[in-house]
Amino acid sequence: MNVLVCVKQVPDTTEIKIDLESQTLIREGAASILNPYDGYALEAAAKIKDKNPDTTITVISMGPPQAEAVLRECLAIAADKAYLITDRLFGGSDTYATSYILSQAIKHIQKMQKIHFHAIFCGKQAIDGDTAQVGPELAEHMKYPQVTCCLEVEERKNELIVVQERDESKKVIGITYPCVVTFTKPDADPRFPTFKRKMAASKAIIPYISSKDIVGIDLSNVGIKGSPTKVRKSFVHTNKKKNIMIKAENIEGAVQELYCIVNKINKS
Amino acid sequence: MEYKKNNDIWVFIEIKGDGRVRQSSLELMNPGIKIAEKTNGKLVAVLFGSDLKEAIQEVKEYGADQIIFVQGDEYKEYSTDIYTDTLCLLLQKYVPAGILIGATNDGRDMSPRIACRLETGLTADCTSVDVDEETGSILWTRPTLGGNLMASILCQGHWPQMGTVRPGIYKKEKVLNKRVEIQQEIVELSQNVNRVRVYKTICENTMFADIENAEIIVAGGRGLGNAQGFQMIKELAEALGGAVGATRGAVENGWISHGYQIGQTGKTVNPKLYIACGISGAVQHIVGMSSSNTIIAINQDKEAPIFQVADYGIVGDVYTIIPELTKKILYENKNNENVL
Repeated sequence: MNVLVCVKQVPDTTEIKIDLESQTLIREGAASILNPYDGYALEAAAKIKDKNPDTTITVISMGPPQAEAVLRECLAIAADKAYLITDRLFGGSDTYATSYILSQAIKHIQKMQKIHFHAIFCGKQAIDGDTAQVGPELAEHMKYPQVTCCLEVEERKNELIVVQERDESKKVIGITYPCVVTFTKPDADPRFPTFKRKMAASKAIIPYISSKDIVGIDLSNVGIKGSPTKVRKSFVHTNKKKNIMIKAENIEGAVQELYCIVNKINKS
Repeated sequence: MEYKKNNDIWVFIEIKGDGRVRQSSLELMNPGIKIAEKTNGKLVAVLFGSDLKEAIQEVKEYGADQIIFVQGDEYKEYSTDIYTDTLCLLLQKYVPAGILIGATNDGRDMSPRIACRLETGLTADCTSVDVDEETGSILWTRPTLGGNLMASILCQGHWPQMGTVRPGIYKKEKVLNKRVEIQQEIVELSQNVNRVRVYKTICENTMFADIENAEIIVAGGRGLGNAQGFQMIKELAEALGGAVGATRGAVENGWISHGYQIGQTGKTVNPKLYIACGISGAVQHIVGMSSSNTIIAINQDKEAPIFQVADYGIVGDVYTIIPELTKKILYENKNNENVL
């Protein structure tokens, strides 16, 4: 089968620092990484390929030219082919516009490469935006069925079997091809690239796709102009914590104090 | 598409597989009332299910002007296609100004499809919803960049304004003596193609499963030192009627499964009380729990970053403090029972 994996280059949100005076983020120094959930989506595709070597894995990413780095990483891990969707006109897109561009680019690749993708895999969300909206919106643009927050996947002849994580349960689901599946973190860690694959990936040619390449794309649906949502303001989340330290020299006293706090909250 | 818009505000009420109302949906009625007042519209609760008699009785008490429901066996379990088709048709028929949906698994599965189909904007996982005074539009506020920044978002010139709202942010509040108009809708679904088939539902140990909705969470990290430490965590959680959580470190050490993980690649929680035991406080963990109402941290290392986000901190040994606290709670609970 042919699997397409959508990936995003994100800042490592754990390294972002805040300038409290100007209420802005200091992004400098924060490394750019492959969105971890997209890594789980790629790993799921790689597992399908482990069982069925005829599987092809194509990765796409929308972003600036620097995003090539995560595509090379994906090639080193498991992907066969990678495309970068990049255009200044695409900048500032919200989830609606982003998913529209991705859907147009996917249709473009299918037509140009004479390939048909049986399944589109995405991370359930990107750790910079955390919206979890691009996967389902892409599914809607493509008119495909979807299953979100999956842990595992298995290829069958007429359907894909996925294990989905829910609030109170796990579900085993069959989904008809072609489909969109988004992935959350499974128990096992994804594989690392081999040295040989890394070398090959560093030399791979990654074609760029811009708005001019995509026949029929409606430019009124892309970028800031094509985004229904607009950021009105942003501000730093203030920490209003009390930071009261309880002395632990006397365990009995500390436990008594803790009990009072817990009891008061429990009754509120 | 052009629609004749009105000022009504809708709240989507989720019904669980067992037919009961998801309590976090009722929380949304609270901001819903305030927004509808400001937009000068009705507050409408919308629900789908196979048998909604009891659910309607329950929802009635939370301040809706109108309840719209769709009943049928096809709504018993959540289905992306059926729920999306139905809600889109209703939204197109009634044209409310905005809709609030819980940022639950199902809410976040369905809402983007609806927004996309109606060519409108959607704001995910909001922690505050209000009306922007200048524009009169709904102002959706949410954490972004791993919780490092808050963003307030508007969706002007598109209809309806949509957002998912994080459970546990608003408190559900009953509204007395309000007249509610109840209306059943019959929706003609296009031929059911059944593109997604649920073969099996595996329920996990329920005590742990619902940490996103738990009011009290006792969580353990690497500082516990071993898997047995979670037995102690579980005992305290049980004594408090709460749930167990864990850090990525504890999960990676194999002490507890990923379903319990709180933080960046786990769950986001905001309980009334969060007790962090042997948790150093890596940013990846903090982003998943820092919006808890009250945080108590117990850690051996006085420099641990967890203390910076804690309301109360104790520098000490979890193995001494936790069992004593559990004992004390159980003792007091028993005393109270005897008094009653």
